[in-house]
Amino acid sequence: MTTVALKPATMAQALGRAMRDAMAADPSVHVMGEDVGTLGGVFRVTDGLAKEFGEDRCTDTPLAEAGILGTAVGMAMYGLRPVVEMQFDAFAYPAFEQLISHVARMRNRTRGAMPLPITIRVPYGGGIGGVEHHSDSSEAYYMATPGLHVVTPATVADAYGLLRASIASDDPVVFLEPKRLYWSKDSWNPDEPPAVEPIGRAVVRRSGRSATLITYGPSVPVCLEAAEAARAEGWDLEVVDLRSLVPFDDETVSASVRRTGRAVVVHESGSFGGPGGEIAARVTERCFHHLEAPVLRVAGFDIPYPPPMLERHHLPGVDRILDAVGRLQWEADS
Amino acid sequence: MTVMEQRGAYRPTPPPAWQPRTDPAPLLPDALPYRVLGTEAAAQVDPGLLRRLYAELVRGRRYNTQATALTKQGRLAVYPSSTGQEACEVAAALVLEDRDWLFPSYRDTLAAVARGLDPVQALTLLRGDWHTGYDPREHRIAPLCTPLATQLPHAVGLAHAARLKGDDVVALALVGDGGTSEGDFHEALNFAAVWQAPVVFLVQNNGFAISVPLAKQTAAPSLAHKAVGYGMPGRLVDGNDAAAVHQVLSEAIAHARAGGGPTLVEAVTYRIEAHTNADDATRYRGDAEVETWRGHDPIALLEHELTERGLLDDETIRTAREDAETMAADLRERMNQDPVLDPMDLFAHVYAQPTTQLLEQETQLRAELDAEDAAADGHAGHHGPEGAGR
Ligand SMILES: Cc1ncc(C[n+]2csc(CCOP(=O)(O)OP(=O)(O)O)c2C)c(N)n1
Repeated sequence: MTTVALKPATMAQALGRAMRDAMAADPSVHVMGEDVGTLGGVFRVTDGLAKEFGEDRCTDTPLAEAGILGTAVGMAMYGLRPVVEMQFDAFAYPAFEQLISHVARMRNRTRGAMPLPITIRVPYGGGIGGVEHHSDSSEAYYMATPGLHVVTPATVADAYGLLRASIASDDPVVFLEPKRLYWSKDSWNPDEPPAVEPIGRAVVRRSGRSATLITYGPSVPVCLEAAEAARAEGWDLEVVDLRSLVPFDDETVSASVRRTGRAVVVHESGSFGGPGGEIAARVTERCFHHLEAPVLRVAGFDIPYPPPMLERHHLPGVDRILDAVGRLQWEADS
Repeated sequence: MTVMEQRGAYRPTPPPAWQPRTDPAPLLPDALPYRVLGTEAAAQVDPGLLRRLYAELVRGRRYNTQATALTKQGRLAVYPSSTGQEACEVAAALVLEDRDWLFPSYRDTLAAVARGLDPVQALTLLRGDWHTGYDPREHRIAPLCTPLATQLPHAVGLAHAARLKGDDVVALALVGDGGTSEGDFHEALNFAAVWQAPVVFLVQNNGFAISVPLAKQTAAPSLAHKAVGYGMPGRLVDGNDAAAVHQVLSEAIAHARAGGGPTLVEAVTYRIEAHTNADDATRYRGDAEVETWRGHDPIALLEHELTERGLLDDETIRTAREDAETMAADLRERMNQDPVLDPMDLFAHVYAQPTTQLLEQETQLRAELDAEDAAADGHAGHHGPEGAGR
């Protein structure tokens, strides 16, 4: 038996590897978007794909998001599996009509005759010092659209596994890539990439007994850090990484909150009309009699994404999370 | 030292030579819409094709009047009639091979029916029992598309995919004059030309987008001129001349099939009826204009040509009309039956596997239906498929 040394890989490399493996396994998988070919994408996530598979399978498209997604619809209608890259979160907005009016509902309007297996990769979220329109968290828009899956990895292994699962899915998937985690690293065996996780399962990243932090994507490492810091305060926090916003894993989330009796939802996007409201409502409906305190939200402010020099005030950080945990009506305080 | 400071050191040269990628001349449309009927070109057209077009036009007109009547009887929620535009609809259907794809808009039910789709299936969207009443892959007809011009990039993507797979397939996409102002129109044409996709765009310029006339829609010399900027040929054709539309589209399809890339065809026609039954056309156009266009009726044009050349006898006319009546009677009868609907279908096709959230909602609806049944029967019973009960 040979042991292969574990090698460090970044999330960006793991995503690229997932596309590569999917393209090698299935000739119908096509990657398309702005600068995805020769350049390998502005984040180099598609690096090497055009070289390995040719420009017909990894295509630099004209600069037009509606056109990219609209043509991907036609390609999927003809049996291909397009993997579309939207260069940045806020630049996916021109494609919203195609997304909402066609991608999300083609299966439904054709009574199941015409599913669209399209994966839409969207680098999202802040924390990288990007200028305006490069840091939006647009997940609430996608979550509000029936017919779409909405997936967001927080670890290198999940980036690989969830992207493979998304490309294999017969339903359209909006795959949100936390861009500030693109360079986060993990060690894995490149010859035996992590197993493909099914879409729709949350995972307990850290178990604890005092309260549950419910989070996803870029906020997962922040919550883990907060949980470590909370030990000094005597709190033993559980961290649930949702991984998939649609479908939503009520079971894992509710089981955790029933154990701990307290919950804080943490995400970067704004709280008003944001994912946290939906999650808090679901938790309350299911766990009311187990709750010791209202479900709180720690989110970005309800403002257009701020300029880079101010973004640290906007993004939910460890202190803000610990403040919220402190407000969870602990018996000692009441 | 910066360039700005190097006074005198920088010697300006003329800009590097630049050449347009394509000579626009061969791409430009004719100044006037191309015609066949009533010209010498008509003699070249196969009489069999002319008779076929005639029969289809008669059938198409009857289909439009029948569907409009069904709206008045409350059997259709809405019907955007293509009366006056039948030549475009019929030609669009007839120029395609079975393996080709048609991408219709909401006004193009007739094109779908002329391609062979069951008229009742073609009307589900407008009746309201489901969004698309047919399997698009089975008929190679995309779902009738309501958001303007959004079907055009689909046609491009499909044609591109077919070519990548080595299949000899062409896509024909239909759009109205108003739809050409949408961003998706632009993006679709641009992608098609860059990819040299085997796709043909047919603009049915029927003069109005609901109430807005073409002059308020575009400042272009013609809609066909728009092709030139993308690097594809533009063709302008008389949209009421079935032989001309058929010929121009056939050439464009053959060009695409041979690897020549996309074509934009503008067919100049007129919408005789209001936009839909919900529209009042008298608010934005006069009777005189409509009457002028009635004088250029697609069926009358073809009938005249066929009669002049002795190609149309009473027998052919009678057969065409009888066929059309049979179709209309059958449509009437079938549309007068209430469609059978299963409310549980609401949840059946949202995802390949319903989410737990949808399963919960499904259970809720099932319970509501059972309670309705119980109230109706006096006892709880299974709630099966039901009529719409208009
Ligand atoms: C994106 C979008 N905007 C607005 C509408 C509402 N609408 C329906 S038909 C129509 C006019 C379309 O005119 P045209 O493209 O010329 O086609 P026609 O109805 O004349 O066949 C409008 C504005 C729509 N269906 N889609």
